[in-house]
Formats: sequence, structure tokens, C-alpha cells
Amino acid sequence: MAIVGTSVHRNDAWAKARGAAKFTGDIRLPGMVEVAVVRSPHARARILEIDTSRASQINGVLGVFTARDIPGKNLVPLVFQDMPALAMDEVRYHGEAVALVVGDTREAAWAGARAVDVKYRVMDAILDPIKALDKDADKLHGNDNVFRRWTVKKGNVDKALQNAHLVVKGTYHTPYQEHLYLEPQSMVAWWSDEGYIEVHGSMQCPFYVRDAVAAVLGLDLSSVHVIQATTGGGFGGKEDVPSTIAAHAALASFLTGRPARLVLSRDEDILVTSKRHPAVIEYESGFDEQGRLLGVKARYVMDAGAYATLSPIVLWRGTMHAAGPYRVEHVDIEALAVATNKVPCGAYRGFGEPQIHFAFESQMDIAADKLGIDPIEMRLKNALEPGDTTATGQVLKKDVGLVQALNAVREASSWDSRFETPGRKQGTVRRGLGVSAVYYGVGLGAAGQALDRAGAFVQVMYDGSAVFAVGTVEMGQGMVSQLSQVIAQELGVSIERVRALPPDTNLLPDSGPTVASRTTVMSGNAVLNACARIKQQLLEATAGILNEPVDALTIEPGRVTGKNGAATLDEVLHRCFLERRDLASTGWFKSPETTWDEKKGQGSPYMTFAWAANVVEVEVDTETGVVTPIEIWAAHDVGKAINPAQVRGQIIGGSLQGLGYGLMEEIIHKDGLMQNNRLSQYIVPTIGDAPKINAIIIETGFEHGPYGAKGFGEQPLIGIAPALANAVYNATGKRVKTLPITPERLFAALHDDKTVD
Amino acid sequence: MKITFKLNGRDEEWEVEPGANLLDVLRENGHTEVKRGCDTGDCGACTVLVDGVPRSSCTMMAGQAQGREITTIAGLGDALDPHPLQQAWVEVGAVQCGFCTPGMILSAKALLDEAPMPTEDQIKDALSGNLCRCTGYVKPIEAIKLTATRLNNDKGVTDA
Repeated sequence: MAIVGTSVHRNDAWAKARGAAKFTGDIRLPGMVEVAVVRSPHARARILEIDTSRASQINGVLGVFTARDIPGKNLVPLVFQDMPALAMDEVRYHGEAVALVVGDTREAAWAGARAVDVKYRVMDAILDPIKALDKDADKLHGNDNVFRRWTVKKGNVDKALQNAHLVVKGTYHTPYQEHLYLEPQSMVAWWSDEGYIEVHGSMQCPFYVRDAVAAVLGLDLSSVHVIQATTGGGFGGKEDVPSTIAAHAALASFLTGRPARLVLSRDEDILVTSKRHPAVIEYESGFDEQGRLLGVKARYVMDAGAYATLSPIVLWRGTMHAAGPYRVEHVDIEALAVATNKVPCGAYRGFGEPQIHFAFESQMDIAADKLGIDPIEMRLKNALEPGDTTATGQVLKKDVGLVQALNAVREASSWDSRFETPGRKQGTVRRGLGVSAVYYGVGLGAAGQALDRAGAFVQVMYDGSAVFAVGTVEMGQGMVSQLSQVIAQELGVSIERVRALPPDTNLLPDSGPTVASRTTVMSGNAVLNACARIKQQLLEATAGILNEPVDALTIEPGRVTGKNGAATLDEVLHRCFLERRDLASTGWFKSPETTWDEKKGQGSPYMTFAWAANVVEVEVDTETGVVTPIEIWAAHDVGKAINPAQVRGQIIGGSLQGLGYGLMEEIIHKDGLMQNNRLSQYIVPTIGDAPKINAIIIETGFEHGPYGAKGFGEQPLIGIAPALANAVYNATGKRVKTLPITPERLFAALHDDKTVD
Repeated sequence: MKITFKLNGRDEEWEVEPGANLLDVLRENGHTEVKRGCDTGDCGACTVLVDGVPRSSCTMMAGQAQGREITTIAGLGDALDPHPLQQAWVEVGAVQCGFCTPGMILSAKALLDEAPMPTEDQIKDALSGNLCRCTGYVKPIEAIKLTATRLNNDKGVTDA
């Protein structure tokens, strides 16, 4: 029986369902102290003086530390080397870390943090990314406030737009989105006088954390031992931010000699951790009379916040996808990540794609409406198919499931019998259907190629159990189960007896970050690579038992079969023991080559793409502007579903995050100060907001994927907001180009024609 | 001050600070199965049952446990004898990151005690205080329905 392709239960589910799983905040070490962080109350200010005398006298406070106490570099290394671990002379956003207070209890640490007197001279803050691009704007970064600029160029877009039958122009605004993983950022660090530090924490990228701790403490990478703890959700929010949290905890431990724990409060977590970038996006899309996409011109401006962090590569991914999953010959995309005095934005599920997909899928819908073409037909006419060339010049292979996905949601939602032309609906409460087509480049791609490798370790014990470890992490997405399935499938061991060890930077090679929906392909292949060597040992031992050649043998669950007989796994393992065979192996995988020519704005940026189509049905109350999502149909080409139940879990969960993005989630600033960093004010979907979500799996088989699988975990979020906006248009005849579609915003659109298309 | 209460079926007598909240006291005493997600009563990760009623332990004073029966997820079932809700949560794939799971299961337990065969609206009502960012809530709802059916079948009540 095949184990890959079946919905086995998660290995970690039992411990989590009993509350037995140990998250970072649950770790308690002898002599452990707590850390609190003094944070800037201003968007931008010069630090004139930090007076720690009052804080130091508080009962239970063991130390107050500032940038001057950092033994190594005051730096959190990422794409650029621009972000300090603790602000030195100037604070650049509301919530930036200024000092650390260590207390013997959380209360003492927090009381100390409140008692640190920082004198600031408030400066004029730059808050609007568009104004930040003005020639005479004050400069936060370089000579133009642009962290990074990327372009995609192909053909002659101006000519194509001139000759087009229809040109659709639109400007779109998208909001911040907060990850709101249920477990706040947390880290425990333990300095040993023997000269090394151990760090346990909630994270997606143990190797980023290692690099950051080594930088601030001035240690060798080998002296920083990072072990990931059970992690309660990430969604990108635990990609780069844990590096800073770990740097703070490590400093506290190093400077006090005690194990130190830093767990952010929820208010603090929302205030200071990265978010999805707000964006302003302008599009011009040209079509012929039949609805064929002729040219796309776009300008994508991201509000990156105070430091570059991951913005250059978030922007790169958005730029690569900005022409949509369509055949188009003439393209001119310009994208900029701009510095402002607000929270540094970074990775969030979709990584620069949800913003532009909202824009171009709205554009497609507007065009379909103007040309009188059914919105799904419109997308099918233009959808990329096997053998097609993308806007960046990448030639697609066989695994392009967009047409299948569109047809699947069309059928499942009974689209053809239920879709009505927009604007014809009557009554106060109206229903509408909307569609979106999206794609997602799997892995880090050409911009991150050097990091796109992964290591694994697998060992089979003589009793038939097995352990493994990889350099990427489980954060809830289901990696451990999928990799256990791979090991059970390859080596015949029982899935219940495969145990995952936590990622450990000293024992595993740098496997890059757990991001970019890369884990199934990268760690899956690394595990396969390790299994191949162990498999060879098992087969050679069996050949001796059955007197058959190795190539006549097949590993099945619990046994190895030949042409004339079979040996149980126990027999084979016993033979391996007697023959002194090595049943432990490392494994390694590096991604297939990808390319990007920055000068030309062309290349083959990704090893492959995942594809998806979504239909959203809504009910709109035209008197109040309230949008109630009724049902979602989401079809995703995942190459091959190693664990279909978990694939559906990703589709459903991601879809609801996408619905939150489209309907309700936003961060509000006033004069550069965040106003709603509380869970009672930053609203995410509850169970009451969750519609029925139908997950549909399409399998096209990726040539380099384990069993044909490709990564897709981010994709479910991306296409929901555009399908939702298109459904609202279908119900009301009003086009909302600013997310989220709150009742206030839709009410304004319904009652003020100036705000609509 | 001293409080006496029942915790997961056992009599306890604890010395607590008068101003301490129940979540802190539980976690300091090793009950880290009760999770801290927000400290403001908004996320539901710290849900415990107080005399069978789900409450956010972060917004309760420890003193309010005096004379009450407190149930955490550890009191519902263990590895050898899991509660049917825990069983269903694992089976249908309602666990992802797992941080909200203990609180959700406890809210579901209180619901099934009140309404053995709940409607979807009753389920949504009962879990409206438990945020989950991973699952989209679809699988937890499925797990509750599955448990209800199983428990009622065990009692000889047929699934309408």
C-alpha cells in the first residue's frame, strides 16, 4: 500500500491535542530570567539620553542594557546590513527596541522597562511612501528612499496599448496584514561559560537566528547552537523577526550569565513585528476584441517601513508575478520598495504576491465585464498552459494546472448556471460570484538561489523505528508528517514509528529558510537522498537473505519482496546488524538552476509554479455595506498531494486568511503611531466569519518534486481577496479598489459614485 | 493568600499573590498546557473550564478559583485514554500549529455537555471566543460533529 498520497494522521497531533507539546514559553530552566524591551513611543526621534538609574533600582531588576553593551556588531543581518538590534542614536519607527531590561520575574522586567527614562528629540517622520519618493523628501535610505527597484520588460508595451481594442486603467490600494500566529514571538537563550550559547525558540529560520546571534555576540557560527522549539504558527512572521528576538534574549543571557527568556506580549507583537507591505499599484492592461491580453504596464510601490529587512526579495517575487498567470507579449513592470518611518514589513504568506494579484485580477474582471465575456472564459482564453512562455520569458513544462483548476471551480460552484451579468441584480440583499486565477513560483527562485539547498539526516534503528531531522521547520504546516510519509514509503518502516528531531544548527547543514513554499520539494528531496543510501543497505542485506539480485527487490510496508519470496523488515534489519551495515545517512538537495537578468528584466526565475483558481460567493447587504461570504471553491495544482488531508488543511486555512485580508484586516496609523495593536482592535476572522470552503486538489506532477509534489502552502491566501472583490462587483455593480472591503468602504462605494470605477 | 480548589479532579491548596491571574498561577505551577496568546481575553488559547463553563483564565483572578472545579486540557484525557474530542481532532486533521487546540477542545467539551447533538450555529457560537489562524475552522467543526455522532451512537441515540 502506498503511504505517500494517503491522509495519515499528523505525528505531532496527539501531543498538541493533549497540551503536551512544549512551546518556547513553556520552557523553564533553572535560574531563568525574563527580558522586557524598552521601545520607542515615536515614529522618528533622536535619542538624547538613556537614563537607567531608576530602572536599575527596582526590586528584581538584574540589568538594563543598551546598544553600548553589545559585544559584537549591533546588527541583525538580512538582505541589507541596515537594522540594529538596539537603536543607537535614532529611532525610526513606533516600537523600535531601545534597551533591554532583565528581571528575575516578568513583572520585574516590565516594571524596569517602564522606569527607563529615555530623552528623545522628536523628528519629522516620513509616513507616505509616495511622498517619500519626492525629490526633496527627507532621506531615510540612500538618495531616493528606495530600498530596491526591480523591473520586468518584454516587447513594446506602449505600442501594444495604443493598438489595443480596450485599455483598462486602475489604481489599487492594499493594507497592512498582521500574521497573528496564535503563539507570540518567543525565545530562550542560555549562555554557557564554556563559550557557546544555546538558543531555543519559535522560528521558521534557525540558520538566520544563528547568524544574528553570532553577529551581536561576536561568536563563531559553531558557538551558536540554535534548536527550534514547537512553533505555534508562522505564516512568514517568524522568518526574519525571530533573529531580533533571539539577539535580545541572547544578549540578556550573555550579559547576566543566566538563561533568559523573551516572550512578546500580544500588543507588543502586533506593534513591532513585520507585516504584509501596504501597496499602491497602478495598472494599464490592454486587450483585443476577443479578450486576449496584449500588454501589461504596472507600477508597484510598497511601503517597506524603516529598515530593508526582507523587502528587496518580497518585492522581487511580486514583480516576477505582476503580469498574471497569462500569456502576454508586451510587458513593462516597475516595482519599488520605499523607506518610511513605520514598522519594517517583511514576509507574509504570499510574499509580495497578494497585493498585485488583487490588482491584476480586478483588471481582468473589469475587462471581461466591458467586453461582455464570462469572467472564467476570459481567464481560460489567456491562461498559461504547458509549453507557454511567461511574461519573464520562462518556458513552462508539463505541470501547469491552471486550466484544470479553472474548470474545476467552474464545475464545483455550478458557475455556468448561476453566474449572472453584473448590475442586473435587484433588492437590498444581493448575491454575487467572483473568480480569480493565480500562480506561485515555488522556492526562493533566482534571487535567493544561493540559499536554495537543504540537508537531512535519517537513521533506521534495529527495532524498525526511525528518526530524522531536517534543516527546515515544522510550524504547523505539516512538514513532519509529509517527510515521515516519505521515509515510511522508501524504507518500509511503520509511519507511527518515525520520529522527527527538532532542527538543530550544529547537527544539520544550513538548509536555508522555511519559506517560499519550498519545504516539500527541498527537504522532501533531501530526505529521499538520505533514504536512497539506507535503502541500498536494506536491499543488499535482503539480497543475501533471499538469494536474489538487488534490482529484483521491492521495499513494501514491513517487508522486502523479491521474485521468489519475501523477508520481513525485522529479518532484514537483523541481517544489517550482523553485517555491520550503516543505517544512518545524511541527505542533500539543491534546487534546479534558475536565472534572472536584471538588466534585461527577463529570465526563468523559478524551478516551477503552483497554480490555482478560486470562486467566492458573497451576499451583500446594500443598505449597510456588509459583505457575508457564503462559500469558497479553491482548486490548487500541487503537483502531487503527499498527504491530501493536510493539503486541504492548507487550502482551507489559507483561504480564510485571504478572506480576512480582503474583508476586515487593517492596521491604522495616526501621525506614524500604530493605533490598533490589540487583539480587540485588529480583527481577524473568527469561526463565525468562516464560510464553507471547498478544497479541490489538482495533480500535474512536477519533474523535480518528491513523487511529483511541488510547494504551494502560500498560494491559498493569494487569490481570495480578488475573487471576493469580483464577487462584490458581481453582486452590486460597484468596484472597490481598496482593501479591505469593510462595510464603511463598500457603503461609500454604493452611495458615492466618485469612489467607484 | 491561600486558595483551595479542584484541578483536573484533584484537590489542590495553593499559595497565590492576591493580584495574580489564574493563567499565570496555572502556568507557574507547571500547567503549561494552558496557553498564553494575548492576556486580554480575546484569543481563547488560555480557556479552562470553571465548573464546566469555558472561561479565559487570563482575565480571571486566581482567587476566583476558590472552591471551584478547574479543568484544563490535561484533565480531559491522556495518551492512554484520550477524550473522544481529542481523538476526533487528530483524526480529521483539525490540528495544525496546535497552539489554539487545547482551548478549542475545552470549549467544544462544554458545548457537547450542554448540547449533545449541536447544530452548526451552536458550534460556531460555542467556539466564537477561540481564534485559530491555521485551520480556517472547517476541520474543528468537523471534529465536533464527528464526536457528537460517536457519543450519541454510543448512547443509542440515533443521528438525526
